[in-house]
Amino acid sequence: MDFDFTPEEQAFRAEVRDFLAENLPPPAERGRGFMAEWLHKVRDKRWVGFSWPEEYGGGAGSLTEQAILKEEMALARAPALGTSFMGLAWVGPGIIQYGTGEQKQRFIPDILDSKVNWCTGYSEPNHGSDLAAIQTKAERVGDHYVVNGQKIWTTGAPWADWIILLTRTEFEVERKHDGITCLLVPMDSPGIEVRPIENMAGDRNFAEVFFTDVEVPVENRLGEEGKGWAVTISALANERSSIGEVTQMFAKLESLKNLVRSTARQGKPAADDPAVRRRLGEFEAKIAAMKYNGLRYLTKQLRGEPLSSETSVNKLHRASLEVEMDDFAVELTGLAGVQLPGSDEAVDGGRWARSSLGWPSVVIGGGTPNIQRNIIAERILGLPKD
Amino acid sequence: MDFGFSEEQNLLREQVLRFMTDACPLSVVRTQNGGLPRELWQQAADLGWLALIVPEAHGGVGLKWIDLAVVLEESGRGLSPLPIVSQALAATAIRRSASDDVKGEWLPRIAAGEAVFGIGLFDDPTWIDAEGIRLASGPKLTGAKPFVSDAAAATHLLLATRTGEDLHLAIVEASDAGLSAQPGIDRTKPFGTATLDGVAPQAAFPISTDDLAFLTDCGAVAVTLEAIGAAEAVLSLTTEYAKNRIQFDNPIGKYQGVKHRLADMFVDIESFKSLAYYAAWAIDDAPDELPRAASLAKAYASDAFAGIGVDGVGLHGAIGFTAEYDAQLYLKRSKWVRSAFGDADYHYQRAASLGGL
Repeated sequence: MDFDFTPEEQAFRAEVRDFLAENLPPPAERGRGFMAEWLHKVRDKRWVGFSWPEEYGGGAGSLTEQAILKEEMALARAPALGTSFMGLAWVGPGIIQYGTGEQKQRFIPDILDSKVNWCTGYSEPNHGSDLAAIQTKAERVGDHYVVNGQKIWTTGAPWADWIILLTRTEFEVERKHDGITCLLVPMDSPGIEVRPIENMAGDRNFAEVFFTDVEVPVENRLGEEGKGWAVTISALANERSSIGEVTQMFAKLESLKNLVRSTARQGKPAADDPAVRRRLGEFEAKIAAMKYNGLRYLTKQLRGEPLSSETSVNKLHRASLEVEMDDFAVELTGLAGVQLPGSDEAVDGGRWARSSLGWPSVVIGGGTPNIQRNIIAERILGLPKD
Repeated sequence: MDFGFSEEQNLLREQVLRFMTDACPLSVVRTQNGGLPRELWQQAADLGWLALIVPEAHGGVGLKWIDLAVVLEESGRGLSPLPIVSQALAATAIRRSASDDVKGEWLPRIAAGEAVFGIGLFDDPTWIDAEGIRLASGPKLTGAKPFVSDAAAATHLLLATRTGEDLHLAIVEASDAGLSAQPGIDRTKPFGTATLDGVAPQAAFPISTDDLAFLTDCGAVAVTLEAIGAAEAVLSLTTEYAKNRIQFDNPIGKYQGVKHRLADMFVDIESFKSLAYYAAWAIDDAPDELPRAASLAKAYASDAFAGIGVDGVGLHGAIGFTAEYDAQLYLKRSKWVRSAFGDADYHYQRAASLGGL
């Protein structure tokens, strides 16, 4: 057991730090052209798609280097390394694993260069957690598919260029996981209509997406016809260490402590209140548990041992912290805590109140906590499926 | 970067697991009454477990707490009644704070298991820092020391005393100490009260408040390591039951009310396991980080294991409430662990202080 890094890994960390010192000005000093320049520079370093093979333009970083890069970026509160979160997180890896040579050439460089934004067409009005039951129909007609149906809760759809779409090509199947086909579809295809949905925080990030006789060329199919479930599973499993998230959570904990230091409740410093102090201790324990769980799982991967569904452990911690930390800040500061940006009485500019309404995108997206509990109960503990 | 156990540590783990399964199963644990099970103790000594963290120069193996961690985790899985934690804390205190003479005399006896130690640090049931020590130091000790661990098994006691602001640890012969066993919830973690009447310690040495905190942190980590194995045993017992117990035509483990609680137990155990491993590593390799690491691990485990103990019994229904069924033994351990070396509230408050509040 040791927590030291090899000289090569330490050198890599130093390289990332030097780069950030040179190329990441404080937020106030970032001008108009900053983001484009930033994306270009990190792309040149091959840190975008850092885990992807070199032959597709990736950085071929080792697992430990990936963890170091994520940690340093989070410590410096650096912006994202690309504009298409989903393109980098699972569409790209899915295409690398299942795509044809032509698809790789066509899609991968644009994802790495932040030229296109992707969204993900999985959930349907009647099938969210029960994803394999999807009904959006794709019918093969000559050299294309004709798609009819509806997706919902499609994050990023209002500005996405492409959608990775789960469709059903066969309805008479023994297992509902069969007969699913994955298609890559331009969002400006005739017959696609996007209707944004306003969420409880007032944002319009997700949408309903309607498909009416949308023609998709067969060459845009990812993987085999009827085998789209495998593509989906590998995409959802593509998440790796949560070390960047942990760094962000520790930073958020520090902000919470600062809030506590500057808050009085009934005329007394909140920092002296045992109940308040205990809550901060609880948050720290959970975040530290995420950190050391992540390092144990990373060690397993480094040793070439298979990871089961242990990553669900940290997803559950993340989900509860995401709700509880903002909620704690809102409650701590009383009526001022429920003021939004623009209110004269708002705390920290209304930041906590606002983010206390933003948790569902993290907590529900990618599998609700109860789905994570099912995964642990069934795949790790071996309990019967319900 | 390697946050996992070595091949040697895994072999040690298997050895302890085998010992617990073959020589010290729960049927044997149930027959214990607080005294020392001599044959089992001798086996533990022969296998070198009592010598693990004793320096080689003093007849030990010269390994670290992270090696001892696998022994504690596996002996906790079977609710071992052997006073290994008390023995390890005595070794730790002497190793860190005593003079060379005291080390030379006592560490070899601890390593061989010939001296069996009980520990009495705090006179107050909820106060685990220097303020909680009241028994007066001196060439002869007079007064009571409650909550002495493994009192009936011990040949010797390590007792905390004070003169003004100065703290000492005194080694006292158990037969001189007027010990009376006190019944407690967990019979595998027996206590006694020492009633001293002018007893001359066989040795005594000063201990700084920092070293006292270090010792207490080691205790918190030790009982948390035992709790990992114990909590996993509850989860395993309850999961098997949920797979086989049929109600409403289905195994109860099919129902989310049951399976989700079991999943949450898994999440909690994984988490305090990671925290405890890190804390155990920090004892020897990053002692500056020990206070925070020990508090986070013990706080998390105290609450989580207490809940697991209760729900391990509860999910079984009435059978879990019976004396015959093993779930109750773990519930009792979980209640003991929660209070030992500081409860969740104490350690969360301390973590907040250490974190700058």
